[in-house]
Amino acid sequence: MNIALLLEMAAESAPDRVGLVCDGKRWTYGDLLSAARGAFKLIQESGVEYVTLLDESSEASMIALFGAALAGVPYCPLNYRLPDEDLAALLERIAPALVIGDEERVAGDQGHTVYARELFTLKAQETWPCDEEREYDPGEGVAVQLFTSGTTAAPKAAILRHSNLLGYILGTVEFASADEADAALVVVPPYHIAGISALLSSTYANRCIVMLPSFEPGDWLRLAERENVTNAFVVPTMMARIIDKIESGVKADLSSLRAIAYGGGKMPREIIEKALALMPDTGFTNSYGLTETSSTIALLGPEEHRATLASDDPKVRARLTSLGIPLPTVEIQIRDEDGNVLGPNEPGEIYVRGEQVSGEYKERSALDAEGWFPTRDAGYMDEDGYLFLSGRADDVIVRGGENMSPGEIEDVVLTHPCISDACAVAIPSVEWGEAVGMAIVPRYGHEPPAEDEIKELVRSRLRSSRVPEKVIYVDELPYNEMGKLLRCKVKNLLAD
Amino acid sequence: MKPGTRLKSAACDTEVMVIRTAGGAIECGGVPMAEAKPAETAALSSDHSNGTLMGKRYVDADNTYELLCVKPGKGSLSVDGVALVTKDAKPLPASD
Repeated sequence: MNIALLLEMAAESAPDRVGLVCDGKRWTYGDLLSAARGAFKLIQESGVEYVTLLDESSEASMIALFGAALAGVPYCPLNYRLPDEDLAALLERIAPALVIGDEERVAGDQGHTVYARELFTLKAQETWPCDEEREYDPGEGVAVQLFTSGTTAAPKAAILRHSNLLGYILGTVEFASADEADAALVVVPPYHIAGISALLSSTYANRCIVMLPSFEPGDWLRLAERENVTNAFVVPTMMARIIDKIESGVKADLSSLRAIAYGGGKMPREIIEKALALMPDTGFTNSYGLTETSSTIALLGPEEHRATLASDDPKVRARLTSLGIPLPTVEIQIRDEDGNVLGPNEPGEIYVRGEQVSGEYKERSALDAEGWFPTRDAGYMDEDGYLFLSGRADDVIVRGGENMSPGEIEDVVLTHPCISDACAVAIPSVEWGEAVGMAIVPRYGHEPPAEDEIKELVRSRLRSSRVPEKVIYVDELPYNEMGKLLRCKVKNLLAD
Repeated sequence: MKPGTRLKSAACDTEVMVIRTAGGAIECGGVPMAEAKPAETAALSSDHSNGTLMGKRYVDADNTYELLCVKPGKGSLSVDGVALVTKDAKPLPASD
């Protein structure tokens, strides 16, 4: 089965309904399907092995996604913010490709066929209609290839088959379930799994997609008001900036905004508490997922958000920063380093299994013999099945054989009123193999606490092995554009 | 028959996409479905005329067969005479 079926069904049942709003232009499902069929022809005639987008989100990302699917060519959007050298290396890995977007950044000798965004969209619209029956791809292969962000090593090419993505959508979205007035504000970049799944799930639900090509909190608020947006997805850093904007006095009528989902990084407790207070009528959902799992595998729903705040039980209150509970369509286990399944509250690595889980890279599959995917995320599950994330398994600090999660140490340090951000990483230690190194961002306008004060704070709350051996002070921590903390860069800072 | 095959009803407008299948005969309105529509429309059996709904998935008791309705019609779906039932998605609170 081909993921293009999702658009075909939307166009079959509601051809004149608006499915996409971008830069003030409105596209019906009928328009989008015609353009995707036109793109199919362009792609097929160009004889390429990949279709890639080197651009912000626009109607072209939707037309290219479904057009590539119809043609049976993997769609591989790239991060246009990458430095030239890194981008060239990725383009080399997918040559020859049909590239949509920035012509100037594509080297002439890699054999790519390049279209500027407007030309691609125009040609796709012109090429269809055409009367003869076309042979579309049956969808037995790869629909989407995404390069992982490569925060720890070189980017890996994660593969999502039509069957993974359809398993996710058919299992979690009811066809045509959205009201005519529903609109989802999509601001995640097109090369992120959340950007792909947003297009697929909204299309199948017949929920209009309102695209904001690049994030700016004022634009986000204006667009949400103007288009009467009902649903939105943001990453934590976007949420923090939207809240800043509202608190600075910018007014926007968000009365139609029923639901905000967030994910893609750790949401600070302070931010989600503010959001809940500022938007009392909006339902918040924390969704946890990975590229390799076709998006969401666990979530903390709107009622649970409000319930954790209302509870006096510290165990229930702690769940506000949990990942929630696994979807009914997947299985999740926590395992130790030897692969043994652990019980409640025991920290280990998160494993997941299900139809939507690809766990596959271009070079190899990471699934074990029983189909379980090791996420490399470290975490634990409480006795009621709530999943908690401690960080990446690769970020665990091993001091003298003792495993320590950076998040645990950071959470303690962040309780200091003069510290606004903190990152703990492993630093080499002759005595222990590894020890804790810490980068601290002093809160603006406050006196930075002395190194001894930080050490004492950690010692008073955690075991002495967690006390940082080295502390450095920085103006800000290095994050990528999705709000992911680049720990390898912090390690380099501590090594200097 | 492969998953992804599109089958048409001989008795009504129903079309389905095969998600999972085994060796049995997939029927709509009491008559076997096929990739092509017959020249003459078959009679709709009154025992199999509850209709199909667009976007619904239909499964048998063992989950051996699963069909996705991509075009609705008056007939209802069965495998070797045994009626299929709808399988509901477990909707997320719009997490994407």
